[in-house]
Amino acid sequence: MPRDLVLTTTVNGEPVRKLIPANRSLLDFLREDLGLTGSKHGCDVGDCGACTVHLDGQPRLSCITLAAEAMDREVRTIEGVADGTLLHPVQEALHRHVGAQCGYCTPGIVMTLTALIDDAGDTPIDDDMLREALGANICRCTGYTKILAAAHDALRSGDSQSGKAAGEIG
Amino acid sequence: MNDDNTKGRRRDRELDPRIAARLAARAARAAREQEQGLERTARDVTDPSTYMGPEDTLSGAPAEGRVIGESGTGKVDGLAKITGRAIFADDIRLPRMAFVKLLRSPHPHARIASLDVSEALAMRGVLDVAVGPDLPVRHGAIPVAQDETALAIEKVRYVGEPVAAVCAVSEEIAWEACRRIKVVYELLDPVLSIDDALSDDKPIIHDWKRKKSNVLRRVHQTYGDVDKAFEDSDLVFEDVYEYPASTHVPLEAHCAVATPLDGGRLQVWSSTQNPHYMHRTLARVLGMDTADIRLIKPDVGAGYGGKCDTFCSDILAAYFARKLGRPVKMAMEREEVFYAHRGRHRTRMWLKMGMKKDGTITAIDFKAWADGGAYSSYGVVTSYYLGVFMPLPYKLEHYRFTSWRLYTNKPPAGPKRGHGAIQPRFALEVHLDRMARQLGLEPADVRLHNMFGPDSITVNGLRITSMGLAECMEQVRAHSGYDRKRGRLGKGRGVGIAASAYMCGALHPVYQTNTPHSGVQVKIDRSGRVTIFTGTADCGQGSNHMVAAIVAERLGIRPEQCTVVEADSDLCPVDLGSYSSRVTFMAGNAALHAADKLRKLLVAAAADKLGVAPDAITCHDGRYEAGERGLSWTDVVELAESTYGTLGATGSYRPPKIGSRFRRQSVGPSPAYSFTAQVAEVTVDEETGIVTVDRVWAAHDLGRTLHREIAEGQIEGCVYMGVGEAMLEEQVYKDGVMRTPSMLEYRVPTIYDTPEIHAILVESHDPEGPYGAKECGEGPQLSTVPAIANAIYDACGIWLTHPPFTPERVLKALRKRDRERARAAAAQAQE
Repeated sequence: MPRDLVLTTTVNGEPVRKLIPANRSLLDFLREDLGLTGSKHGCDVGDCGACTVHLDGQPRLSCITLAAEAMDREVRTIEGVADGTLLHPVQEALHRHVGAQCGYCTPGIVMTLTALIDDAGDTPIDDDMLREALGANICRCTGYTKILAAAHDALRSGDSQSGKAAGEIG
Repeated sequence: MNDDNTKGRRRDRELDPRIAARLAARAARAAREQEQGLERTARDVTDPSTYMGPEDTLSGAPAEGRVIGESGTGKVDGLAKITGRAIFADDIRLPRMAFVKLLRSPHPHARIASLDVSEALAMRGVLDVAVGPDLPVRHGAIPVAQDETALAIEKVRYVGEPVAAVCAVSEEIAWEACRRIKVVYELLDPVLSIDDALSDDKPIIHDWKRKKSNVLRRVHQTYGDVDKAFEDSDLVFEDVYEYPASTHVPLEAHCAVATPLDGGRLQVWSSTQNPHYMHRTLARVLGMDTADIRLIKPDVGAGYGGKCDTFCSDILAAYFARKLGRPVKMAMEREEVFYAHRGRHRTRMWLKMGMKKDGTITAIDFKAWADGGAYSSYGVVTSYYLGVFMPLPYKLEHYRFTSWRLYTNKPPAGPKRGHGAIQPRFALEVHLDRMARQLGLEPADVRLHNMFGPDSITVNGLRITSMGLAECMEQVRAHSGYDRKRGRLGKGRGVGIAASAYMCGALHPVYQTNTPHSGVQVKIDRSGRVTIFTGTADCGQGSNHMVAAIVAERLGIRPEQCTVVEADSDLCPVDLGSYSSRVTFMAGNAALHAADKLRKLLVAAAADKLGVAPDAITCHDGRYEAGERGLSWTDVVELAESTYGTLGATGSYRPPKIGSRFRRQSVGPSPAYSFTAQVAEVTVDEETGIVTVDRVWAAHDLGRTLHREIAEGQIEGCVYMGVGEAMLEEQVYKDGVMRTPSMLEYRVPTIYDTPEIHAILVESHDPEGPYGAKECGEGPQLSTVPAIANAIYDACGIWLTHPPFTPERVLKALRKRDRERARAAAAQAQE
């Protein structure tokens, strides 16, 4: 049996301390140990992107990341993207454009896009950069068309940090 | 039509001229159909259980409340999906939950000589082990072809077939226990191809059946005199087409959770498209009363047809939960989803078509052999769909088809988006282009020339009502610049066009019944909140929003004021499920029916209060108004509840009984058909053989747009899946072993592989659809692959008859083209 370890980390801004098996994936840690089921099992081998979370602000495939890698670092999941009840502009745009059909890949899509947009600072983001980022996520429902339209819309909606254009969570 | 009944219904009030016109149109159509040998019984007009739109709303009339056709609003269940709050089956976790893992067959065809589970059963943490004989009842999607068990009994029939199941306190222990199960197999000669299945020298896969054959079903239908028509044709052309096997790859793997309820009942959550059929199947297989199972479909991470069957995961979770008296989950891994399959049948097709010089199609002779894998799934239906939709949407007087649905030692094929119709449509639309070009005709014009108009009957007796294909063709040509581009884009670039048609639900469910195909119950709370109970299974296509929009439109409120409770057998009326593109048409009509009953009460209460006639009331944006004066929604609700008591109503839909002069035509007829025209623009690199699909324009006749982005999204998703089948996706086997059971090896299109997609909505206002709406979630996929094939010809002069159009296949065809051109040049030089 694998050894256990005590993981101390920050998840969605909150401190977490848990005893876990050393071979626990970050995805299983989030889902099974913390009950954060927003991040999804799609393929479990890093092919589909449905499990994407942020580790120190960078997108990571949590199904092929050991939970231990999150030691003393910041993890953000889909549950922590909205600021309180205020949606992130990416979420707001995805909702308005119906960028989520079945919604199973959507948490991963949101994490990919928010990582790109929030990390860009003053660097303008163009269509190629959006496509490159979304190349890591498989969506079988939408043909990516509405997702891309929503991403462009989110960019247009201005400073993503301010959440000005964002809607309230229903 | 029964005149007396019709009069009876008209008696209560003065007829609105619009209704009078509509009834007259119906009567005229009935008369015409009778003339043409089709008989509609009186039921469709007079029986209240068959609902075809509110009397005072012409389906084509503008909807009052401005909900229908909206855009930019999102969908009612959209927020849960973008915040991670949506609960899918695998997100359900319960105290003391146990987990199931499977041992699967490593052989395509073998007899199970012995099976020893003792070591697994003795493991700490293992609660139980099940083998085939523990669940002996055979099941299957179609009652006439029940040939599957949850776990293999006596024989395994494909690599990956479940042989034994372990239920343990953790997934890890269950996995480990599976490894300790000992099976001895006696290998049998496998049946691995269409040729094998047709051969007399191969073993019979289902040797327990009375019929000793690897043909599940052969269907043969003849209309007119095909041979004579070929003699009278100016051009007769035949060829063979091969359509590959492909699979759905929904992002969510199949998963079921079951838990015991009080009184010996069982609650099951399953990621399914067809909860109602599963409800019946589970009861049968487990030997339970259907009423003792509460089946709930949570949020489903899409299906595209792949979650229409009842799977071993559903049966085993329920079986162990019942036996052990504790919650049990079985979640498939990604690789297992590839073995669960039920995807596109690999199909070999032979097509022979006759044409006049002016492009008139004279006759079609068609044969199709479908490689169905080890079990029947919906295969009986597939065998019909391969042939019956061929005459849509073209006028055709002489038609003959034979189809075979075959058993092979591979994972079972089943219904994938565009079920059974995708393959023949590819062959037909490519064939049509080839013949048009041989005759020097414009392929798009040949299609228009042969096309049906609205209110027609096809050669095989399908009744077409609304039909917007001509407009689809016009729009798609205009938007894409097809006429400007064809043959003029330069070396390696081209455009291609294709047309198609699909059904809006089957006239007959899989089992014989006179009960409604869809039921909806609407309840209005005193607060004004509306709750809609529906058996429909939203798997991403937007059916929850669809019912909310229709109810909201009819009641004059916003969809966001409605809570949709779906697919819970204890709470919701039955809907047959998300298959055959039936939900908008059927559940939409049921929702309209229920809302209409409530609207009558609300309008009467408002009219009474305002002292005006009910006709004077308009309802929209939460206001019931008569001229200047009006009432708010909550006031109207309170008034109506005071007068009529608790506000609730049910609505049902059953398709009209459309008779046919062909008795055998029981699979295929639908209350309406949707139509699509597509243009694809491609670039072919002749050095590498790489084809890039640059742009696709898809114009789809969806009757009426209920919600713009949802409808466009369905069309875009169809084109995406079509591009996948055209360019990348193929299930390849070696010695019966699938070579592509992962998302890396089975290549689904990423954003880089997906073209620019332009969805164009064409409204033909179906006379029987809810607010005139028809399907838009499957039909648009049919014309994508042939449009791409035709564009590749336009780009480089090769006809590709076997998707996907991989570099190898393109290069091979280009080399053949060059050899033929060289031969032709040499022959010319000799002259």
